[in-house]
Amino acid sequence: MSDSANVDANVDERVKEMSSFRKSLIRPELGGICGTVAVFVFFALFAFDSGMFNSQGILNWSIVSAQFMIIAVGACLLMIAGEFDLSVGSMIGFAGMMIAIFSVTLGWPVWLSILIAFVMCVAIGALNGIIVVRTGLPSFIVTLASLFILRGFTIYLPQTVERKTIIGGVRDAAEGDWLGAIFGSKIFTGLFQWFGDIGLLATFARGNRAGQPVVDGIPMLIVWALILVVFGHILLTRTKFGNWIFASGGDAQAARYVGVPVNRVKILMFMFTAFCACIFATCQVMEFGSAGADRGLLKEFEAIIAVVIGGALLTGGYGSVIGAALGALIFGVVQQGLFFAGVESSLFRVFLGVILLLAVILNTYIRRMITGEK
Amino acid sequence: MTASKKPLIEMKNIEKHFGSVIALAGVSVDVYPGECHCLLGDNGAGKSTFIKTMSGVHKPTKGEIFFEGKPLNFERPRDAIRAGIATVYQDLAMIPLMSVSRNFFMGNEPERKVGPFSFFDHEKANEVTMSEMKKMGINLRGPDQAVGTLSGGERQTVAIARAVHFGAKVLILDEPTSALGVRQTSNVLATVDKVRKQGIAVVFITHNVRHAMAVGDTFTVLNRGKTLGTAKRGEITPEELQELMAGGQELATLEGSLGGTV
Ligand SMILES: Nc1ncnc2c1ncn2[C@@H]1O[C@H](COP(=O)(O)OP(=O)(O)O)[C@@H](O)[C@H]1O
Ligand SMILES: [Mg+2]
Repeated sequence: MSDSANVDANVDERVKEMSSFRKSLIRPELGGICGTVAVFVFFALFAFDSGMFNSQGILNWSIVSAQFMIIAVGACLLMIAGEFDLSVGSMIGFAGMMIAIFSVTLGWPVWLSILIAFVMCVAIGALNGIIVVRTGLPSFIVTLASLFILRGFTIYLPQTVERKTIIGGVRDAAEGDWLGAIFGSKIFTGLFQWFGDIGLLATFARGNRAGQPVVDGIPMLIVWALILVVFGHILLTRTKFGNWIFASGGDAQAARYVGVPVNRVKILMFMFTAFCACIFATCQVMEFGSAGADRGLLKEFEAIIAVVIGGALLTGGYGSVIGAALGALIFGVVQQGLFFAGVESSLFRVFLGVILLLAVILNTYIRRMITGEK
Repeated sequence: MTASKKPLIEMKNIEKHFGSVIALAGVSVDVYPGECHCLLGDNGAGKSTFIKTMSGVHKPTKGEIFFEGKPLNFERPRDAIRAGIATVYQDLAMIPLMSVSRNFFMGNEPERKVGPFSFFDHEKANEVTMSEMKKMGINLRGPDQAVGTLSGGERQTVAIARAVHFGAKVLILDEPTSALGVRQTSNVLATVDKVRKQGIAVVFITHNVRHAMAVGDTFTVLNRGKTLGTAKRGEITPEELQELMAGGQELATLEGSLGGTV
């Protein structure tokens, strides 16, 4: 018995030496990286002169990508923890509507309205999570119910209190509000003005904004997206809790046996997803100055698509926040790029479907190499 | 050898009912440090249920458990783990998608403080994982190698090494060899031997008499929720054990019809 158990302590002839280059390539984000490169090359070749790559164009697709990123980070961590949230889109509509009703209809301070909206969203997220872990029902079904319930309220409430489905006037209400500014203002405006003054950025030649740079700062939306991506990435890869997220989604029972509080992890991830949706909603309401009952429609699927393009496994336990962020970037660049290129907008869906399929095939292939899955 | 030692765990008349199903009808077993106690029995005999009462998964319906002489009352598996009772389940030992080092420290992540924040100390985790695996005779490509790329026997060994590293006094193995090939089985048995020599009590579940005979010090046979008897090594032959397991008569008839090949 002992000789057969005696594996040579230093070499195993069956382990092939892997070059460090190959090793660094084989990572969950590879599909997202390839997709990003492909998309940028494509638009650089076919739409370079469309204005997509001047400062305004870059800002345009950056904003759209940042929106996708904000919800993709939440969806990514939740998916790795083994669950879905289909109510993200409805949550966006609901949160925005709550902020508008509190601040405009009821006349409460905007900061208070935003805080209450966040508390409500996170509480609903927690409720989603509690129902999922208590009943053992698939989160797909539970959050599908929330999708309808929240959307229903989002349409019903403004009709009841204001007799319309869009509530405006939030921008006026948010004037000078500190918390509103954290979601709706721009940073580095001085720097961008200086860029314009020294000729690094184009400036408006006419009109009431003459002399101002065409891009006058970085919207807080983009700042939020970057903060969430960095936070999500560090949480997932560099903390104990991140290990619990992987474990909960990889095999909840195995994780429980070694003492991982799986239920707590899942509920917290539902709350975080709702939190991200609320950030999205608040930025949107501050930007538009209004809330509409149809805001956020289909956003849950867009978030999930970005996450899957980014290399996450639909069944949980595997994925990357950086990958999801790249998925969101691909999404944003393609959507706006086709617009810039003057392509019929319905073709966006064709393009998206093709990218989704290619990325998922590539990701599956990479994942099998890493994890030895069959 | 074991007569002078005190038992680490005493299980007294453990009963476990699931509704109308009586899975255990009064089973008593003592486990000593540095000793491998084999629990044998056919499928459905109640072996898994029995060790689950030991590891805090099930509360016994009746009966008492003493750990180091003190009565025990585990509410959750976590309590048992804290007390030093580690269990390696047959198929729930590891998460294949995760790296060996992440699996090794799952639920026990080492942390490093940077200002007010605590981070997973990957450096320490990787180092410990590599050295512990080497001790067990397994060469990893790297600590970030996914468990899914390991063989079944290697996975069992990672799980055992993990339990030992985190200070298990009692290591429970539920059919660790039943899904393994010859070479992998002998690897796992060698690991069990190493663990026992460190003074850890091992409870080893199997329905393979040869595997039991290879490492066991004491043998208990369960049948339909009852103990058929406990024997020390040297007091019983493999044939007797086999016969006890299959419930005497049935085997005799079988043996007749199969021409003594069982
Ligand atoms: N959670 C449970 N609920 C109901 N019956 C159970 C449960 N767990 C085990 N049993 C029953 O208890 C008996 C013993 O099962 P088990 O301990 O798994 O046997 P073994 O591990 O020896 O093969 C079986 O008849 C099984 O059906
Ligand atoms: Mg069993």
